[in-house]
Amino acid sequence: MAQHPALKLAPTPGQTVGPFYGYALPFERGGELVNQAHPAAVRLHGTVYDGQGEVIPDALLEIWQADEHGQVIAREGSLVRDGYTFTGWGRVPVDNAGQYNFTTVNPGPTEPGKAPFIMLTIFARGLLNRLFTRIYLPEDTAALANDPLLASLPEERRQTLIATREDDGALRFDVHLQGALETVFLSYPRAS
Amino acid sequence: MRTEPTSSDRSTAETFQNAHTLDPAASTASQEQVSDEIAQIHDDYRQRLVAGQDTETQPRLDFTPYRSSLLRHPTKDLHHADPETIELFAPAFGQRDVHALESDLTIQHNGEPIGERIVVAGRVLDGDGRPVAGQLIEIWQANAAGRYVHKRDQHPAPIDPNFTGVGRAITGPNGEYSFTTIKPAPYPWKNHHNAWRPAHIHFSLFGTDFTQRMITQMYFPGDPLFALDPIFQSITDPQARERLIATYDHSLTSHEWATGYNWDIVLTGSNRTWMEDEEAEH
Repeated sequence: MAQHPALKLAPTPGQTVGPFYGYALPFERGGELVNQAHPAAVRLHGTVYDGQGEVIPDALLEIWQADEHGQVIAREGSLVRDGYTFTGWGRVPVDNAGQYNFTTVNPGPTEPGKAPFIMLTIFARGLLNRLFTRIYLPEDTAALANDPLLASLPEERRQTLIATREDDGALRFDVHLQGALETVFLSYPRAS
Repeated sequence: MRTEPTSSDRSTAETFQNAHTLDPAASTASQEQVSDEIAQIHDDYRQRLVAGQDTETQPRLDFTPYRSSLLRHPTKDLHHADPETIELFAPAFGQRDVHALESDLTIQHNGEPIGERIVVAGRVLDGDGRPVAGQLIEIWQANAAGRYVHKRDQHPAPIDPNFTGVGRAITGPNGEYSFTTIKPAPYPWKNHHNAWRPAHIHFSLFGTDFTQRMITQMYFPGDPLFALDPIFQSITDPQARERLIATYDHSLTSHEWATGYNWDIVLTGSNRTWMEDEEAEH
């Protein structure tokens, strides 16, 4: 792996989303990457918890993913959804019980043999900067076993990144900001 | 007279007056105590710098003076990931998503909002100095009295019926943006006794890679509340804090209309571009 080139400019610091984003950032059908009537529609849901296992009622989540064929999408229309155009991106606030729901499709592998995953970004009051993680689909166990990121984690930590497939086809993925079940959060090269 | 809410109705019963009873992290500490805690963390950072540690560019996630962070910061180190395909791209936004008028927060209602009309303009760049063109910027803020149009903001300052405080824009070909708005005021919050936030505008930004996604706050030069604010001071490095403060810019000020502030935003480095450059060399 080549050395990452140094940055020319120092990045601007992040700050917490605070408590008052609710009238500004959420938008109509923000969590509907596809319509519920779409033949491949999948529910992605879960709960966000703090370090004492209490639900967090003021978090905002965004997902970004490939389509079911593994294609990365570059289409406008996320903020004003027409119900037909898959843009790959969605945003929802959690509800008063810390729960979130997206309606999306299972992303395909972006390269043959790769384990498909959905990118997840978490913002919350009390969280001073955003957190990134990956939501892996549970089915392709061979691809999961070969995934470099998962392979670099101890078994119990690895499980925090793999969604559960429920009987009705839904994906469940809980987020623990802290504690014994703490989700693995990611850093990427060239962040500073 | 309000009664103590039970856990089942906490979301609907919460007001500014009782918010501290609902947040176990909220404290009755004095400003002096919180300022002492901040000073200790900053002292420790300076000593680490002397000992050769790298300069910090981002806020600490674990920052006790900001009480709400206590149970909401990861205790394990962020895990290094080499970005894969989806992480090297970002969603596309454009004319379909954002109307040109959404960048003027002073024309969203029938009347003129109360307060000091300002223009905030600048550029969005990535860590290599490349402009981030055609990307979404969202802002939100309190009004000239320090009040948000949000049901959880109940502090006794007036709502302005002519000001919502939400704007959006798509960056131009050189990464440029410009918002017309009203200068927000400081406002009190429940972190500690007599806690006040410096005036700020929230900014939400996207880059060319989703790994560059960020939300931050822009501040105004010379705010006397800077030293007292645990959210601003969660950035331990003084030069890094300066990067959140806009500059008064008289060339952005317009005759008999609005004063102007410049604020450029630098995202982290793209991982896509350098990988492509490297591939092109072979």
